[in-house]
Amino acid sequence: MLRQAGTALSRALLGSCRDLAPIVVVISAFQVMILRQPFPEFFSIAVGLVLVVLGLALFVVGLDIGLFPLGEALAEEFARKGSLAWLLVFSFLLGSGTTVAEPALIAITREGALAVSEAGLIPHTQASITGYALGVRLTVAVSVGAAIVIGVLRILRGWPLPYFILGGYGLVMIMTLFAPREIIGLAYDLGGVTTSTVTVPLVTALGVGLARTIRGRDPLTDGFGLIALASLTPMIFVMIYGLVVH
Amino acid sequence: MEILFNPTKLLLATAKDVVPVLALLVFFQMVVLRQPIPRPGRIVFGFFLVLVGMACFLGGLDLALFPVGRSMATMLTENAVRGSAASWTAYGWVYLFAFMVGFSTTIAEPSLIAVAGKAQEASKRTVSAIGLRVAVALGVAVGISLGTFRIVTGTPLYLYILVGYTIVAIQTILAPKVIVPLAYDSGGVTTSTVTVPLVTALGLGIASNVPDRSPILDGFGLIAFASLFPIISVLGYAQFAQWMAHRKGRM
Repeated sequence: MLRQAGTALSRALLGSCRDLAPIVVVISAFQVMILRQPFPEFFSIAVGLVLVVLGLALFVVGLDIGLFPLGEALAEEFARKGSLAWLLVFSFLLGSGTTVAEPALIAITREGALAVSEAGLIPHTQASITGYALGVRLTVAVSVGAAIVIGVLRILRGWPLPYFILGGYGLVMIMTLFAPREIIGLAYDLGGVTTSTVTVPLVTALGVGLARTIRGRDPLTDGFGLIALASLTPMIFVMIYGLVVH
Repeated sequence: MEILFNPTKLLLATAKDVVPVLALLVFFQMVVLRQPIPRPGRIVFGFFLVLVGMACFLGGLDLALFPVGRSMATMLTENAVRGSAASWTAYGWVYLFAFMVGFSTTIAEPSLIAVAGKAQEASKRTVSAIGLRVAVALGVAVGISLGTFRIVTGTPLYLYILVGYTIVAIQTILAPKVIVPLAYDSGGVTTSTVTVPLVTALGLGIASNVPDRSPILDGFGLIAFASLFPIISVLGYAQFAQWMAHRKGRM
């Protein structure tokens, strides 16, 4: 097992060097040519790059031997046993549970609540700002959970994805007309930040695993689409939240 | 120099991300489905690698990329403002920087690497992982530079989004059906660990340096651009590949 992991790791290390090359080129080109300044703290930047390369490689290998097999085993088991209720409970928890603690979400809702309070929509007190940020965060978590549930049902039933996505964006546009102006930018951005580095691979493994196990479903056309729904629903739900609160 | 790299704190922070997921999976596998975990030692080892990998990755970014990226974003916008504040063309370097940052960070995005690999596997290699990643990265690059243009000119966000999704709707009808779900997914995948912090810093930096822009009203919205344009570019890539195949078939 260790030797296998070793060869996988060395291949992944090579891959992550290649992946990071563009970043290094861009940063050094701008630093040297346009800003005409030497690197500040060259040593710490070099250490940082080594860590990034190593971290990326470990992450990719870890996904392949840990997260993906477990996620797919679960998906297959669910599809075989046919316990729909449990599968939907699992989908909801997977979506909302991993979103609630997402650091990027916590940071951006705090910024958003500050912006909204400075615009005078909610009282400018610590308590109301914290409450608002928490409200948005919970709304996003519930909406991601709902999205994974809808997406899993879609895979099981074989409904075509474009109707959901285009219909959903139609809804977003209609909501944009009614929602308070200050929350629109935040709501649009929240669609993108919700899906974290651990959740995305796992949700993808779940979708592809389900589509592969159920007869008549194609892993490529039916297995993908969960992330798309999870980036769509937060926009709608957060704008509804904005309408209700203000 | 303050010490940015704190291994214990980073490991704890990533553990908060990873452990609930692992707990959820184990609970459902063992309690609800009553199945043994396949090869538990290997899986625990894999999760351990994910944990350490994410901690190294984030710590490394904090040391190497973020300070440089942030200072560069402010320096570039300051230079542009000093040049000529009136015209948006003075921000040429800003757009170029946004484009290149968008492209290079997306190529290195861990979740995109994972999803592209899955797509290659699920499509039995008709979708190439690296081709998909380049298409997505180009989409993010165009999206972010257009997004910085929007901040500089101060035009309303929803107009761009509306036009963007109209294009997506038209492409959905025309593009090969198999690629559509994957293309939609690549919109959400692109924006996680690497891209979001850098892009947010860029947006806020520009909005606070350009005259008459408020970071609150104009600073948000770059991420929305970065999730919209990959859909267009991936659908476009598939359309192009289909067109090429069609032409080859006729000749």
